[in-house]
Formats: sequence, C-alpha cells, structure tokens
Amino acid sequence: MLSAEGLRHAFGEGGGQVVALDGVSFNLTSGQTLAVFGPNGAGKTTLLKVLAGLIRPQEGSVRVAGGRRAIGWIGHQSHLYEHLTVRENLLFWASLYGVPAARRGPRATEVLSRLGMGDRADQPVWSLSRGLAQRAAIAKALIHDPSVLLLDEPFTGLDLAAAAELRALLGELRGGGAGGRVVVLATHNVDEGVELATDVAFQRRGRFVHFAPRGGRGSSEIAEAYRRAVGGKETDG
Amino acid sequence: MTLTQKGRWITLVALMCLAAVYVRALAFTPVERLQGLAQKIFYLHVPAAIWTETAMILVGLASIFYLFLKDARLDRFAEASAEVGTVFATIVLTTGPIWGKPIWGTWWTWDARLTATLLLFFLYVGYLLVRGAVRDPGLRARYAAVLGICGMCLVPFIHLSVFMFRTLHPQPIILKPSAPSLPGSMLATWLLSLAAFTLLYVGFVTQRYALSLMRDAHGGGSPSHV
Amino acid sequence: MGELIAQAWRVARKDLVLEFRTRTALVSAVVFTALVLTVFNFGRDPTAVPTIDLAPTILWVTFTFAAMLTLNRAFQLELENQALEGLLVSPLSRTSLYWGKLIANLVFVAVVEGVGLPLFVLFFDVPVGHVLAPLIGVIALATLGFVAVGTLFSALVMRTRFAELLLVVILLPFLVPPLIGAVQVTARLLGGRPLSESVGYLKLLAAYDIVFVSLASLLFRFTVDE
Repeated sequence: MLSAEGLRHAFGEGGGQVVALDGVSFNLTSGQTLAVFGPNGAGKTTLLKVLAGLIRPQEGSVRVAGGRRAIGWIGHQSHLYEHLTVRENLLFWASLYGVPAARRGPRATEVLSRLGMGDRADQPVWSLSRGLAQRAAIAKALIHDPSVLLLDEPFTGLDLAAAAELRALLGELRGGGAGGRVVVLATHNVDEGVELATDVAFQRRGRFVHFAPRGGRGSSEIAEAYRRAVGGKETDG
Repeated sequence: MTLTQKGRWITLVALMCLAAVYVRALAFTPVERLQGLAQKIFYLHVPAAIWTETAMILVGLASIFYLFLKDARLDRFAEASAEVGTVFATIVLTTGPIWGKPIWGTWWTWDARLTATLLLFFLYVGYLLVRGAVRDPGLRARYAAVLGICGMCLVPFIHLSVFMFRTLHPQPIILKPSAPSLPGSMLATWLLSLAAFTLLYVGFVTQRYALSLMRDAHGGGSPSHV
Repeated sequence: MGELIAQAWRVARKDLVLEFRTRTALVSAVVFTALVLTVFNFGRDPTAVPTIDLAPTILWVTFTFAAMLTLNRAFQLELENQALEGLLVSPLSRTSLYWGKLIANLVFVAVVEGVGLPLFVLFFDVPVGHVLAPLIGVIALATLGFVAVGTLFSALVMRTRFAELLLVVILLPFLVPPLIGAVQVTARLLGGRPLSESVGYLKLLAAYDIVFVSLASLLFRFTVDE
C-alpha cells in the first residue's frame, strides 16, 4: 500500500549540508500504523513530505497505491481558507480529490457529524475556536476517504483533552486488518503516539536507527528504548 | 593548468587581439565619411552588443538543459554567462553614448540597438537579483533557470518591438540579408573585433565559472546532485 | 484535457469567491487606478500638449501598474494556513493550478480595467465610442500577455524576500514589448487610423501571447514545487 525504497535527500551544499534522509526503506500494508519518533531536525517532516509527493527525493522512490488521491495529510497547518465556510472548504477540497459531485455534499455532512461539527458547517473558518479549527482540518484531510494518512506532529499545541480525543479518533480511523488504513505518524514526543503504533521507528539524522513491529512491548518500554537511542537530545543536526 | 589560469590566458589573448583591432582601426582603416573618427567605436560597440544578446541566449539554453538534466555545471555556466552578459551590456551602454554624442549631439538616444541592450541589461539584473534572493541552492538554480528561459524567449520580441518602434541608429550594415556593405578593410577589422570579443566572452566565462567551482567546493552555491 | 480545465476552473472559482467576499484587494486596485489617472492629470499642461497625444501612454501606464500590483494576490492568498501545501499534496496538476490562477487574475484585472477605462474616458475626455470594440480587443490581447508572465513570476518570487519589489523588477522588462505594441495600436485607434496600419503590432501582441502563455504553463511547475 505504501512503500519507500532507498530514500536519500539532503539540503544545502558542501560543509553546511543537512542530510534529512539517509537510506530509508520500508513497506506498509493496510492496518499498519507506523510511528516515527525522532528529535527535531531528524528528518521526520522531510520523510512525510517525500511520502506525500511534496518533495522529490534525490535518490530512491516511493509508491503509494492510489497515488495522491489516496493520501490524507494532517500537519501543523490546516490548509483551510479562512473566509470560506467549513462546508465550502470541504466541498472545494473534495472536488480537487475527485469525489464525484453528487457525493460531495453528503460526504461533507457525514464527516462533519462524525467529528461533532455538524452545526458549524456554515460558519467561516476564521470564526472557529482553535480546537474546532483543528477538527475542521481533520475533516478536510478525511473528506475523500483516504487509504493513507500522513500525520506530522499532529498533537502540537493541543491540550491533554484534545490530544486524547485525537488519539481516540485516530484509533477509530485506522481500522484493522485488511480494510484498515495505513497511517504514518511522526512526532518528537514518544508518549503521544506510542499507543497507536503497530510499528515503531526511531529516526536520527535521516536514518532509521530502529525499525520494528511493536510486538508485545508496552508504551513505557518503547519510550525507554527511544530515550536510550536518542540520548535525551531534543534536537538533531 | 587550472581552469582559472586557462581563463586568464584566453582573456589575455583576447585583450591583445582587441588592442590589435584598435591599432588596425586607428591606423589602417579609412575614416568613415559621415561620422568621422567617432565611428571607430563601432568596432567595440557592435560586437559587444552581439555578445550581450548571445550571452542571454546561452543562459537560456543552459537553463533548458539544467531543468532536464539537473547538472550543477549547467547552472554555474548560466550564472557565469549572465554576469559576463551584464558586463558586455554595460560596455555597450557606455560606448553607445560616447559614440552618439559627437554624431547625434546627445548622450542618450532611444535608438533600437541601445534600447534593446538596455532591456537586456534589466533582464540580466533581474536574473542576478533572483539568484541573490534565494538561499537554497536547488531552488535558486531552478528559479534562475525559469527566468533564464523566459529571458531567452523574450530576445526576439525585444528585437521586433524595438526595431518596429524607432530607428535613429544607422541601419544595420553588417547583419543585412544581403552581403555586408562595409568596405573590405573595415569589414576585416570588424570581424577581427568580433573574434576578439568572442574570445573575451570565453575567457571571462571560464574565469567566472572557475570562481563558482571554488566557491561551491567550500560550501554554499550551486547545487550538486549525485 | 477536460479534467485539466475543470480543475483549473475550480481553483479560479475558489479564488474569485474569496476575492469578492473580502473585496479589499479589488477595491484597493480600483482606487489605485483612479488615483493614478488623477495624478496624470496634474502631470501635464493641457494647453501645451493635446490630451489625445498623451492618452495612450496614460492609459497603458495606468493599466500596467494596476495589473502588476494585483499579481501578488494570487499566491498570497494561499499563504494563510499553508493552503498552497494542501494544493500541492492534492491530485491537482501544477498546470491546472497555473491556469486557475491565470483565469482568476485575468478576471480580477478585467474588473479593474473595466472601471479604469470609463474613468479614463471621463477624466481625459477621450472619445472612444467609435473604436470601442477594437480598443477592448487590444486591451484584452495585451493584458493576457502581461498576466500570463506575471502569474508565473508571482509564483517564483513567493518564497523570496521582498517579493513584491522583486516581482516588479523582474517583470517590467517582459512587459515592454507588449506595451510598445499596445500603445502604438491604441494611439492609431484613437487617432482614427484604419486598423490595417496596426496589423504588425497586433501580430506582435498575438505572437507574444501564444509564446508566453505556453511557456509559462510549461515552466510553472518548476516555480511552485519545493
């Protein structure tokens, strides 16, 4: 469903060069959730951007079953237009993703009610509170029913309650087994994403220094392994 | 011999040729009837103008190849050609008035060739400004390439529009459809000057390219993709 | 092909809904046009020079500057909440994005010119009734060229410092050839000359449009991707 092969990408030149990806390869199928943990600067965002097709890697390739249409992106920025209503935003993005015209309206209503925003559909985005705007962003990411979800530090700026809500939602969304989605979640905070993961990777300076199924490991075990691998550093490079 | 040294030698030879051209022009070619001694500057002015334009076309060609091949050498060459083109444009824009004042009584004229070179000068400046404004080498090369290709495609339009608009300039007597109508010795001097400028272009670009190579080796500058 | 146009139209429609809902950019552009026309009035001595001689210049300088100022809105719009990133992640083709922005820009500039032309006629008492159709034709032809190149460049400067200033500096040399054509045709039209006298310039404008709309479509993806 989603595979990466020999990804290499660096920014800059000569002495000041930053290696964001240094030989990353993996294969994911439905129902797998890969949590990529790493300090800031380790290359997590670059990895996600390469998976999404935003950046063409200098070396290596990515294959996503279904192409761009199958990808839903949740990052720090909502990609919403402030002066359009929530519904107008959703209809616009749905049209770009090839959702058939007749399906767009019903689908928007469906997604909004699932996120508890049914009554806010016709409000302009600028009038929404932070939390609601976040949910609207998630609605936008889901409007076309993507089979692959890419999340870049989605818990940033969320309070504990909102973070818990998001975790619950993600747990629902990824489904299970053959019908489930592929999720790749990147974060520098192990505690946030570890519960959701079926597979775990630690990224440092562009490489996966650890990549394995979660197996029977508990959250604290993984968190400990991560801290050992990263050595308590907050930032890379 | 390093690239820089080769560049310097070529430039030296070019300058000597240019000096030879001048000796020829001053001593051995006839003084033009209508324009007098000032006409001599034509040997400097016109080849420089030709190379200003050619340099832009070369920037454009290198840019097209860069977008396909992503080879940093093409980007370096484009940058070098643009800078040298700017120098040649400056030569034209300064020798033009020097030629113009005694003949037309005014420092600046909006004649076709000067105007076209002025526009080319602005194109070059814009190109170099964009290069200076982008930090990331890959992005810089890409943006410069886009601008370079557009600049190259603009050249025929500059010609068309400017020549359609006004001519105070002596009608082109070299690049006419029929054979050039300069008398033999003037033509020879002019061709020699063109050759000298060609060498000058090569010499300058080589040195500038070598400079880019050194700068890139020390970090920062053109992108180098494996 | 149909999908390409459909996607482009979706982007354009979204832009236009946003612009007409907020109206700030539109109103500013229209007011700017009126102000420039007003300033031109004070820059001339109506007893010394008949208005009709200056009219084409006044019209085209106004339209050129108004158009340039509105070009940045296309991609500034996508900066809030990083919507551009969203567009690039989506299946929207880069070419459709370019065409969408081009269409939106053209509509926007058309509105500004639609207000500017009557104001121009009013302020300078220039009779255009008898040549209205060809005049609108020339305006459309020239504007297409300006906006095609301007849309490409506005994407290019998006990530640079001093984007607005850089845009104007790199764009203006590209506007000179179509501007020459536009002013000349306008002058002939207002002077009651038959259209046949302007054929050369009209061909220039048409050729410019064909070349640069195609070129900009092709090169756009190199300016917008990371």
